[in-house]
Amino acid sequence: MRYLPLTPTDREAMLATIGASEIDHLFRDVPAEALQPGPIEGLPMHASEMAVEGHMRRLAAKNLSAADAPFFLGAGAYRHHIPASVDHLIQRGEFLTAYTPYQPEIAQGTLQVLFEFQTQVARLFGTDIANASMYDGSTACWEAIAMAGRITRRDGVVIGPIHPHYLMTAQTMAKFTKDEIRALSPALVADAGDDAMIAMIDDKTSCVVVQYPDILGRIPDLRKIADAAHAKGALLVAVVTEPVALGMLESPGALGADIVAGEGQSLGVGLNFGGPYLGLFGAREKYVRQMPGRLCGETVDADGKRGFVLTLSTREQHIRREKATSNICTNSGLCALAFSIHMTLLGGEGLDKLARINHARAVAAADKLAAIPGVDLVNTDGFFNEFTLRLNGHDAREVAMRLAKRGILSGVALGRLYPDALDLSEGLVVCVTETCSDEDIDALVAALAEELA
Amino acid sequence: MNAPNKSGWKPEMGAAGETGARPMTSSGDAGLALEEPLIFELGGFGKCGVDFDSEPGEISPALAKFARSAPVDLPGLTEPETVRHYTRLSRQNYAIDLGPFPLGSCTMKHNPRLNEAMARLPGFADIHPLQPMDTVQGAFEVIEQLADWLCKLTGMEAVAMSPKAGAHGELCGILAMRAALEARGDAREVILVPESAHGTNPATAAFAGYRVENIPATKDGRVDLDALKSRLGPDVAGVMITNPNTCGLFEREMKAISDAVHAAGGLVYCDGANFNAIVGKVRPGDLGIDAMHINLHKTFSTPHGGGGPGSGPVVLSARLAPFAPIPFVRRDEKGRLRLIEERGAKEHLPQTFGRMTAFHGQMGMFTRALTYILSHGVDGLRQVAEDAVLNANYVLRSLEDVLDAPFAHAGPCMHEALFSDDDLPEGFSTLDIAKGLIDEGFHPMTVYFPLVVHGAMLIEPTETESKAGLDRFIGSMRSLAERAQAKDESLKTAPHYAPRRRLDETRAARKPVLVYKGEGVPPGEPSLSEIGGS
Repeated sequence: MRYLPLTPTDREAMLATIGASEIDHLFRDVPAEALQPGPIEGLPMHASEMAVEGHMRRLAAKNLSAADAPFFLGAGAYRHHIPASVDHLIQRGEFLTAYTPYQPEIAQGTLQVLFEFQTQVARLFGTDIANASMYDGSTACWEAIAMAGRITRRDGVVIGPIHPHYLMTAQTMAKFTKDEIRALSPALVADAGDDAMIAMIDDKTSCVVVQYPDILGRIPDLRKIADAAHAKGALLVAVVTEPVALGMLESPGALGADIVAGEGQSLGVGLNFGGPYLGLFGAREKYVRQMPGRLCGETVDADGKRGFVLTLSTREQHIRREKATSNICTNSGLCALAFSIHMTLLGGEGLDKLARINHARAVAAADKLAAIPGVDLVNTDGFFNEFTLRLNGHDAREVAMRLAKRGILSGVALGRLYPDALDLSEGLVVCVTETCSDEDIDALVAALAEELA
Repeated sequence: MNAPNKSGWKPEMGAAGETGARPMTSSGDAGLALEEPLIFELGGFGKCGVDFDSEPGEISPALAKFARSAPVDLPGLTEPETVRHYTRLSRQNYAIDLGPFPLGSCTMKHNPRLNEAMARLPGFADIHPLQPMDTVQGAFEVIEQLADWLCKLTGMEAVAMSPKAGAHGELCGILAMRAALEARGDAREVILVPESAHGTNPATAAFAGYRVENIPATKDGRVDLDALKSRLGPDVAGVMITNPNTCGLFEREMKAISDAVHAAGGLVYCDGANFNAIVGKVRPGDLGIDAMHINLHKTFSTPHGGGGPGSGPVVLSARLAPFAPIPFVRRDEKGRLRLIEERGAKEHLPQTFGRMTAFHGQMGMFTRALTYILSHGVDGLRQVAEDAVLNANYVLRSLEDVLDAPFAHAGPCMHEALFSDDDLPEGFSTLDIAKGLIDEGFHPMTVYFPLVVHGAMLIEPTETESKAGLDRFIGSMRSLAERAQAKDESLKTAPHYAPRRRLDETRAARKPVLVYKGEGVPPGEPSLSEIGGS
């Protein structure tokens, strides 16, 4: 077998060194009735690289990949062009096949990357500090809620129109904690619900969770909500699912967010059918000891040279056990590297340009789509690269499926995300990035017009 | 440091040379040992390594009040600078590709490159999680096939595929247990965890609202069944047991433990971090467990990537299957694969404890793990476990005369060999052996864990090490043990040959510096917008 270096001769020699006559002597602590006498039945035997590759290619070919269709899906996962050097660099074995950097003398590569990553995320979010990553945006979001509870020692949670998967993840956790969640459901209107969220804040509120831009692509007024939250002693948790937006929009930290949780998949990581993704997590420095996840910090070595280590681990499970701030261990190291490389290639200026290209293309597409009879643009108060259309008199989920049959991946139907909300069933969330060509947009406009005619 | 003069010569260079030490260089690099500044120190403000097809537009008037006043204060580097920066940094890392990585309980095995190639097929890598289901049938098939393998290899009823890593899988298992207990109106309060458990176990139980109590170990390193039995009662929701355990030993009494817990109305969680020792040889379902996470990034060879991403599917017993999280993949009556989400759950899994992440799991890890499993087949996976256990026992028996192996007298170990610092002379510690290994060209073993052994050194070679490679490692370990016995002081300041010497962790924690606080755009450097684009 190509992955197993021991030869039969090696195995015999090693057993002799050990003093065992056969391999199952080493499994003698397993009760005889639990030890499988031979290969478990009903499963195939080993296969060559060529055979496995053939099998996997056949499965891959059954999927319609984004590059092969006009593609307009977003809603928490965004398709951006990833420079070729990103994937080349993350496949260097020294990054790909390293472990968590617990031995800093021989892990400075990973550690310096994490320090650079933390700085990039903090500056993007406008927060004092950021951690070395979480699993994804949804888990980062509920970790932020849990952190706010530790800081405020309150258990009321007000949640605005965030991605429903993020909300349901938080609701699952709330079943097992003392958190009482009150969530504002979105409606197909331009108003992002700032005042409604503010009205829900009271003296028991630990935090207000606001997505920026929100699930329909609307831009809430974070400063106004932050001021209202702070006036009641609550924190503002901002959630960012599309970090490219922050190339153009003011950062949540600058607008008063105390904790910012986000999904970093947009930069460097790719769609990957939902994972692995990259949880981003930033906060005010005064809350650092309540942060979840790994933190990389600067220090010096015995020769006085600058170096980096994982630090403040007294917050973490491997030291603190049941008193840890979170149970998280493995995070998204390699995705953080991909994000960081992509961000390094872009820089602040490139991110600004990329954001404004996304925005311009989305505005142009929205104008064309809204001109189709029976289609209304919901986001009349503005949007970044994602907006919601109301397809009057149509179930958007049906329309999206019919368009998919014509080879167009048109957007995310709100009926998929909110199966119980009939008032949202006409909503289609359309995302336009730099990867959508003029021809793609024209194809969508023409096909949608035909479907609705 | 003083700025060098034009020739680069510094007074201390000559001095070093005269005493026979290696001379210093003016650059700070030394041959192929290359230093690398931070991206913020490379003069990249105002630059960009990406060219764009279209011109950026202006922010629409409706958004003007939300617009940034200036671009994010981050440097950009061109492609050659970027490739060089990260390539130079990569060389400061140890990795499996460079040599053995014998971290106990971490299963650092070779990461096959076919896995990487398959995960990057556009049909897997470039599909959106919310695409219409008819356009992603092949992706669902990957999930279905992997789920089938995991159930059959473990002898379990069902598997939850969405957990993102081992600890997230633990949470999934504990939440399913809690939901099952609450469904019968019997929430309970306490989870019992052995002292030798991974820190994630008690942290997870606490996160799910349980109080954690320790179960003591016997002198031979296993769960004390009598102590466990005496603690069981109506307040105990269940146990979290690692098997094989973190001492590298199989819990012989696992079935009896499960039976006792079940008899007392509790449930059994098994930490599957060490599944590599028994894959294809033992089905955990035969031992009475109710839930176990499987680290695809350990047993099934997906790369660790410097700390993730992982993937932690959780296999569930018939008792817990009705409480599994959503979403999951299911075939409908027409044979089409469907993702059961919030709506479908009401019909197909009404007692689900809910969703624990956006979308449906670590697809990129599923493709890699399935590729690996199909490559090995059921026969190869069995060989994986046998070779992993053989390699660990070979290390155990080759070192037990120079290092204290607290449980070696009692019989074989499983996939990892445990040593303590008992045989090290006064003044020499486990840390010194670990740092000495770095100088020998190896990654250290897991140190100071499990906590039940003083100065623990936990060595997991995995099956992908050759005998010749193990002999080299054993030679280095014996040399280090002998140097410690000879009170070789140079061991206490090891490593001497790594990119850095021992780092000051106290300083890092006392006044944390977590982000770069140097200058932004250096004065006098025009920004890209000022010079009118690239």
